[in-house]
Amino acid sequence: MARYIIRRLLQAIPLLFIISLVLFVIMQKVGDPIATMGGRSVTRAADRERLTRQLGLDKPIYLQYIYWLAGNDWALTDMNGDGTPETYGTRHGVLRGDFGTSLVKVGKPVIEVIWERLPNTLLLMVTSEIVIILGALIVGVYSALRQYSLLDNIMTGVSFVGYSMPIFFIALSSIYIFSVNFKRWGLPYLPTVGMFDPKVGQTAGQVILHMILPVFSIAFISFAAYSRYIRSTMLEVLGQDYIRTARAKGLPKREITFIHALKNAALPIVTVVGLDLPLLLGGAVVTERIFAWPGMGRLFLDHVERGDTPVVMGILMLIAVAVVAFQILTDVVYAWLDPRIRYS
Amino acid sequence: MNPSSNTIPQFIVEEVEPPPLPLSQLTWRRFVRHKMAIFGLIVLSMLVFYSFGGGFFVSEAYANKTNTSLRLDAPVAAHPFGTDTVGRDILARTMYGGQISILIGLTAASVEVLLGILIGAIAGYYGGWIDNILMRFTEAMLNIPQILLLIIMAKFFSSNVPNIQLLGRTYSGSVVVIILIIGLTSWPYLARIVRAEFLSIKEREFILAARATGTPTWEIIFKHILPNCIAPIVVSATLGVANAISLEAYISFLGMGVRAPTATWGNMLEGAYNYIETAYWLWFFPGILIVLIVLSINFLGDGLRDALDPRSRTA
Repeated sequence: MARYIIRRLLQAIPLLFIISLVLFVIMQKVGDPIATMGGRSVTRAADRERLTRQLGLDKPIYLQYIYWLAGNDWALTDMNGDGTPETYGTRHGVLRGDFGTSLVKVGKPVIEVIWERLPNTLLLMVTSEIVIILGALIVGVYSALRQYSLLDNIMTGVSFVGYSMPIFFIALSSIYIFSVNFKRWGLPYLPTVGMFDPKVGQTAGQVILHMILPVFSIAFISFAAYSRYIRSTMLEVLGQDYIRTARAKGLPKREITFIHALKNAALPIVTVVGLDLPLLLGGAVVTERIFAWPGMGRLFLDHVERGDTPVVMGILMLIAVAVVAFQILTDVVYAWLDPRIRYS
Repeated sequence: MNPSSNTIPQFIVEEVEPPPLPLSQLTWRRFVRHKMAIFGLIVLSMLVFYSFGGGFFVSEAYANKTNTSLRLDAPVAAHPFGTDTVGRDILARTMYGGQISILIGLTAASVEVLLGILIGAIAGYYGGWIDNILMRFTEAMLNIPQILLLIIMAKFFSSNVPNIQLLGRTYSGSVVVIILIIGLTSWPYLARIVRAEFLSIKEREFILAARATGTPTWEIIFKHILPNCIAPIVVSATLGVANAISLEAYISFLGMGVRAPTATWGNMLEGAYNYIETAYWLWFFPGILIVLIVLSINFLGDGLRDALDPRSRTA
């Protein structure tokens, strides 16, 4: 098992390199960060030329990639414009943990920029995932036990619809129903903007209140897909021989369902959850835009629009590393949970 | 005993069992068993008729006619879906928007299928280091969330694409851009499926026979192996259309998709959340049309998967 993990980790390294290369090449043409550096006026030509030289943006693309990876404190750049390079750079490069400084929030380290927003996104995502798993387990198990009953058919229909809905439709509908219409009818309404009310401050209660609608929107779609999946694996398990034996031996229904059947049915869910989790990091872009939630999705949008290569590369590499790490973790956890699986 | 007499009735097997049906008939029967798939097919045809047929009743000039005195009108008889922020009739805009959305879906799915088949076939057939490199690249693309890739690529291509004149109508050049980038980011999923099919079919004896008789490689790939793995490709392509329409809606909603003057269903939702308290019809009607078309294509794809490839179903 240890050999398997090490082999997967070693395989992941060239993969991450390829990803970073592809993304870096694409990011070169996206936007022009120097254009906004002049503050409220357009950057002057002399300033533009100086900034391009100092930020290293005039170097050929492979050199820029190498500087991004390995830093430029071993290379000389021309800082004072006399035509000969004389100063060493200050970046240590990604391989030593330095993601550079943002071009939009000038001088601020990328890690700090991302760290400000990361906990907000994690809060939203982890809560949504817990809601999804709990809800899907309940609905999936119930549907499997009462197959083809009215509730099961309703649930199947609702899941299909929920699975096909784009997230902004659910988000807008839930805003419309729970916020706008509740306000019209005089009921207490749910807030829709931001993480907390500035007048009240960032208390736990405020954050939870503001989190209800975004979590509901995100959870509704995935919940639909997961509950169908749990229903189908549960049905498969309930048809197995050992369940029939357990029933024949007279075990109570609840014990059969939750101890014998659910444990075996829930195993594929581990795979699905494990592969879904890292995608949640970047995938909430639209939800965060609608609800003005200060998270990584909005950070990504804002900085792509202004062409801030270091921050965007930082976010993308973070997500890529998370995806690869979670894939390996999921495989290992699945092998640990299911003793029939042996990796060489 | 006359040996030529046939007085003793004999049970001939052929008279008891019906003759076996051809494969296409069996497939059709399996498809028709799915009520959801038939429902999806009907709704899809209705939506296509609404978008393309509606173009005969309502001219495009009417759809683009702005009349700011009527802006943000609630649905009335004259404007059954209301008017938008500059006074255009939303019903007419959804018809023309539907044409573009469906067009984008179909074309992007074609690009995806083309690329996916090409890369999957080459990787699957040749194997070795070609397979290794292509699969590493495919895995790399699968590891990045698709919507983030789309946002970056939309920005990459976004500068100053000119308008296109086709068949007497003007389209924004961003339509072609969107088609290309959706196709370019969706192919990895199909390429993996095609490669898996190729790896298994490649070892069969009829391929060995084809190679032994000297059939050229491209003929083996396209005339012998590919027709045998049509089933997962068709299912994937159908679901790919739904995915493409969905993605186009997402990216237009974020403001980086199809630009004015061309309307699409996603386009019409852009900025609609600013008016959520006052004008629900701005986002409700395009939104519900998107839900309907994605739903019907998903149903259809489910039915097709069952009809064409019954072994692949797990539940």
